[in-house]
Amino acid sequence: MEPQILAFLVLATTAIAGGIITLWSKYIVHATFGLMMSLLGVAGFYVLLGSDLLAVTQVVVYVGGVVILYLFGVMLTPPDLEERSKLRIGIVGGLATVAGILLIAAVNGMSTSGWQGLDPEGGVPDAAVSVIDSVGRSFMNKDQYLLVFELASVLLLVALIGAVYVARRRGEPSQ
Amino acid sequence: MIAVLASTAVVQSTATPVPVHWYLIVSIVLFLIGITVVLTRRNLIYVLMGVELILNAAALNFIAFGSYRGAHGLVDGTVMATLIIVMAATEATIALAIVLNVFGLFQSVRPQDPNLLRE
Repeated sequence: MEPQILAFLVLATTAIAGGIITLWSKYIVHATFGLMMSLLGVAGFYVLLGSDLLAVTQVVVYVGGVVILYLFGVMLTPPDLEERSKLRIGIVGGLATVAGILLIAAVNGMSTSGWQGLDPEGGVPDAAVSVIDSVGRSFMNKDQYLLVFELASVLLLVALIGAVYVARRRGEPSQ
Repeated sequence: MIAVLASTAVVQSTATPVPVHWYLIVSIVLFLIGITVVLTRRNLIYVLMGVELILNAAALNFIAFGSYRGAHGLVDGTVMATLIIVMAATEATIALAIVLNVFGLFQSVRPQDPNLLRE
């Protein structure tokens, strides 16, 4: 078996198993670590596809930041061991399985004729070239993504101010 | 002539190590797991985790298609996925702050319990 296919299968198992743990676990801390496992699997896919910058971003922002934030949220709210309904998960999961089979059949049908505009030899990263340099240049180029970059920074500023406003203590007189 | 070209294209696409639609299938599965989490769990923190899974599935699609369009496509896909990660991080921060406020007001994190616009 080719090493890329082996790596793909291992990563796919990791990502999907993590998602299923998130869906099925009774304890919310287990679900959070299942989410972490799934996010690490997706980070592995980014490496496999040649975007090392994005894999590092995923690990730093998601695994190091967002999941820890969720663990704080878990610790600050009471556990609720009665909310999981196996019947509800069974019904919606069954519907999702049907939808998944239809979507996978559709994607398979489309891929047999080849994707227009896609390089069939692509998807194999060139180990000698890193994507970081060209991503940085396209973020700072006004003909490419400069506006999007600035909008993202405005979004982060709004989120910062909004989080401080929402999370402030209520009922205390302002100094 | 066209049929011969098409058949060679199919042969070439099967000759690559990992076909692009495998990534789409993983992305579909992650998306549907996320949808199921959002629809079935009755705890706001679980719902947010489901949203994270959905956003990751979308980012994986961007990178998969970008990578199969050569170096320039990979840059475009990376930029889009970076923006998705930025948006997901802000969403997680704000939504968790709101969840903690809802818990302070209603003593519950079930999505059906907050039913007042103002006390």
